[in-house]
This record gives sequence, structure tokens and C-alpha cells, in this order.
Amino acid sequence: MNAKGFVHKYPDNVDTDVIIPARYLNTPDAKELASHCMEDIDAGFTKRVKAGDIMVGGFNFGCGSSREHAPLAIKTAGISCVIAATFARIFYRNAINIGLPILECEPASRAIQAGDQVEVNFDTGIITNLTKNETYQAEPFPEFIQDIIKSGGLMASIRKA
Amino acid sequence: MGMTMTQKILAAHAGLASVKAGQLINAGLDIVLGNDITTPVAINEFNKAGFDSVYDKGRINIVLDHFVPNKDIKAAEQSKQCRQFACKYDIDNFYDVGEMGIEHALLPEKGIVTAGDCIIGADSHTCTYGAVGAFSTGVGSTDMAAGMATGKCWFKVPAAMRFVLTGTLSKGVSGKDVILHIIGRIGVDGALYKSMEFTGPGVAALSMDDRLTICNMAIEAGAKNGIFPVDDVTRAYLDGRSQREYKVYEADEDAPYTDTVEIDLSSLVPTVSYPHLPENTHPVTDAKDIAIDQVVIGSCTNGRMSDMETAYEILKGRHIKKGLRVIIIPGTMAIYKECLQRGYTEAFIDAGCVFSTPTCGPCLGGYMGILAAGERCVSTTNRNFVGRMGHVTSEVYLASPAVAAASALTGYISDPREVL
Repeated sequence: MNAKGFVHKYPDNVDTDVIIPARYLNTPDAKELASHCMEDIDAGFTKRVKAGDIMVGGFNFGCGSSREHAPLAIKTAGISCVIAATFARIFYRNAINIGLPILECEPASRAIQAGDQVEVNFDTGIITNLTKNETYQAEPFPEFIQDIIKSGGLMASIRKA
Repeated sequence: MGMTMTQKILAAHAGLASVKAGQLINAGLDIVLGNDITTPVAINEFNKAGFDSVYDKGRINIVLDHFVPNKDIKAAEQSKQCRQFACKYDIDNFYDVGEMGIEHALLPEKGIVTAGDCIIGADSHTCTYGAVGAFSTGVGSTDMAAGMATGKCWFKVPAAMRFVLTGTLSKGVSGKDVILHIIGRIGVDGALYKSMEFTGPGVAALSMDDRLTICNMAIEAGAKNGIFPVDDVTRAYLDGRSQREYKVYEADEDAPYTDTVEIDLSSLVPTVSYPHLPENTHPVTDAKDIAIDQVVIGSCTNGRMSDMETAYEILKGRHIKKGLRVIIIPGTMAIYKECLQRGYTEAFIDAGCVFSTPTCGPCLGGYMGILAAGERCVSTTNRNFVGRMGHVTSEVYLASPAVAAASALTGYISDPREVL
């Protein structure tokens, strides 16, 4: 499985309140949530984003609230993969559970810049920066988590078991 | 190698003799929790996956607390969806307007969560219940859906940081100052993926309300959970309250910790977190020139009876600074009623404050105290991110109920030790 797209770059400690502000949490509708994604930190994001694009953050990406609306908004906005130096733990498990691919890779998080074109191989964890002609190695997921992802998310995996 | 308190609870709930940090396990759940924002997403996932029964209707808790009484039509639809689900599956612990409280104030108060439990909640502040000696952690809605269906959740066993507390808190200093101090010291990702285990001789003098506040904000240091040992204070709180028999787990003597942080409680001062991260902490004495527009006293962090007491001690017989809005929100209906009975409500109103029924409202910028552009609020809540309480240029300063109440009198961030 691969992802390929242009990068939207963010700093450390991107919190779920800026990913999707609570004033929009009066609906679980993914499309409506996606239309406000990143609004308080990057007002132009929803206009710029193209299907398949990649989001890159720094340390502690997705900190704060447990709202699953955050990875859901990112996924529905068209983002194919989020790369960060580290993820806040609830965001990390939410992303896995809903099938939004994420990768932890500090060198990639540091080197990749906004607008770079990046390709990700989820089987090997290799991230290729096509713009800079660099590669970075992310830690692949443990088998247990890969099984959840391959099943298409947590609900599908427990349904299977 | 021994196990931490958290690891022992997880091992027991996974049916394993021992676990170690990094191990992936499936653990049985004593309690599954959701609120009016996270439960609708969980219900949709539950239905989409084709489930038609819950694992135990007595262990599922749905608390409408974020946007109730409903702030708008969409919020009303979300509450309605929760209500219909709770009715369909005959959920015992469904709390609607009139009975509800802020979930993390309500569940301990009712004795629903207890020592030795393994708990997930689709709310990040579910880590609060570590105060009673439970493993308790925030998850997302899909985890809640899976938990409701199967009674199980996957976990990566966390490593732990040990916080050794010594000494006792000075007057005007509370559990909120302890946790803000810790977050300031280790940072908002200082305990990422880890447990924060509190121990040491200083624990005994911390009240249950202080412990609940401290564990509540473990997530603000990135932690998976915070946890206190079960001692006489815990037993006094749980005995006669806990709805189930509780189980006491203790960390092994040789339990592994990645770090040990020593904290002399007597050295702590009232502490304020500046925008826009909880780690931006300063002693209150540095914050004295900061003018404010609003004060909020409440939330799952500081809406308990002792917090109301502190606010009352400072506000009774006085008046708030003209031009300020001061919003006081007790955490549960029981606390609301006790404030009425003790005469606190009248004192708050006479002081110029507004006194609301329980709601998370302003903490997450939902309603009941939204800030306009450029406005500043001193709040006893837990997050001060960009736009958290309203406009993206508004600012939230996190502090204790004592600091918030003292600031209400002056219109500037103020030191409660000068008015107590």
C-alpha cells in the first residue's frame, strides 16, 4: 500500500481543537467536519487540499481532546497519510481505528517542507521525498496493529474475530 | 522484573500473570464511558458494524454533559441519538439533564468507578479516575463502540514515570497548582504514552478532590493515565460509595520507571499557565499585570465541592470587579444542591457572579461563556489552546479556583494568598 501527494506542514503540538474546533462538534457528519478542518491554524487548508495530499507535523501531533472527529476530518478532507515526529496517544489510536494511515518519523518530520511531493510505502515504512530526493525510514507498525489496519479499522477487525 | 501499579491492573484484566512496557494486550473493561459529543460517533460505528447487543448494560455509561441543556438544534439531535440508544439497550447509567453532571465529576461521586478498575472513556479526561486507584484512560469513539460491543479494548502496556511527592501544600495552593507545576516541568509531551504514578509521603495529605484534579490533567502532559495508590483517603472516599467491591493493586518494589521526579509540595506556589499551551507555567506573582475580561470556575478539572468552597471563601461578602463576567459551574447536581443548601449560591450571586447548572460549556468553547476577539479569561479548566474558549485571538489562562476567584475581585490575575 502506498500514498503519494503534496505536503501540508505544521509545527509541534498541533492540538485537536485546531484540527476541528469544538464549535463544530455539534455534528458527527464527516463531510461537514472536513469543511472546517485546520480552520483555526490554517484557514486556507480546505481550499488548498487535494485528494491524496500528505500532512506533516512535529512532536505530539493531535494532542488534547479525544475527539475522533479530528482524524475523521483530516481523512475526509482527502489526506492520505499523516507523518509526525510523535503523535499524542489518543490521536494515534483513533487514526489506526478509523483507518487513517499515520507514520512516526522524526527525520521526515524535520526535513519535509510544505509543498514537497512525498511518497510513502506503508509495508516498508520508507518515506521518499520526491522534491528533495531524500528517503527516511519510519518504524513499521507491529503486526497486531497492521492487522487492524488491513481489516479496514477496529470495528471490521473485531467483527472478523 | 516487577510491575507498576498500572501494569498490574492491566495484566489482571488481560488474564496474564505479568505484562511489560510495550506489550500489546486485549484487556477486559469494567466501565465504558461516552458523552453527548463522542457517543453519537460511537453509535454510528456500532450500528455500521452490525452489532445488536451490548456486552453489559450495567457497565456502559452515557453522560450528556458537553452541550446540555442543548445549545442548538444539532446538539439536540446528538442528545436525542444518545437517548434513543440508551433506551434501546436499556443502559443503566444514562444521565440526562436533571441528573447529569460533568462526567468526570459524576462517575466518582456516584461510586461508579472504583479502585482496581480498567476503564475507557471517549473523553480525554477519563484519566481522572486514576485518583481512586483505577487504570483509566481516554480513547476515541470507535474504541467506545468496540468496548460497548465486546467489553474489551486493545492497549499498548505503558512504561511509567514516578512522581515522588513529599511535604504538604501551603495555604492557597491546591492540586491544580501541583499538576500545572508538573506539566510546566516536564512539558505537554513529557509523559507521552506513559503512566504517571504518584507516590511518596506527600500523597497522604492530598484530598480526593486534589487527586482527581491532578489525574484529570495527566493527559495534558501526554500521559496515558495518572494513578494514585489506594490509601486511607481512598478508602474513606470509596467505602459506602463504591457500587462494586474494589480491588487494591500496589506497584512492586522493583517496578521499572523511566524517570523519577521528586516534588516537594511545600515549595509549590499558585501557578498560572499562559496561552497557548498548559506547559507555559508561571508563578501567579509574575502574572499580576495581566488584565482579564472573564473568569470561569468549574469543569471536570475544578468543579467539585472543595472548589466551590474555595470560591466561596474568597467571594463571600465581596463583589467582583465591575466589567468582569464571572461564571461558576458546579460539576454535578449534587454539588449544585449543596451550594444552594450552604448558601454559596446566594453569596456568588450577591458577589455579581452567574451560577449555572453543570455543563462542560465554556471549557471547550461550546457555549455559556464564549470569548470575543482579543478577550482574556482566567479559567479553572484544563486547556488553553488557540481558540479553545472562543475567538482564535482570545486567550485562556489556566489556574486554580483560588487564583480564579481572587482574580474575579480585581480584574487582574491575582494571588489568592493576599485575600484568603
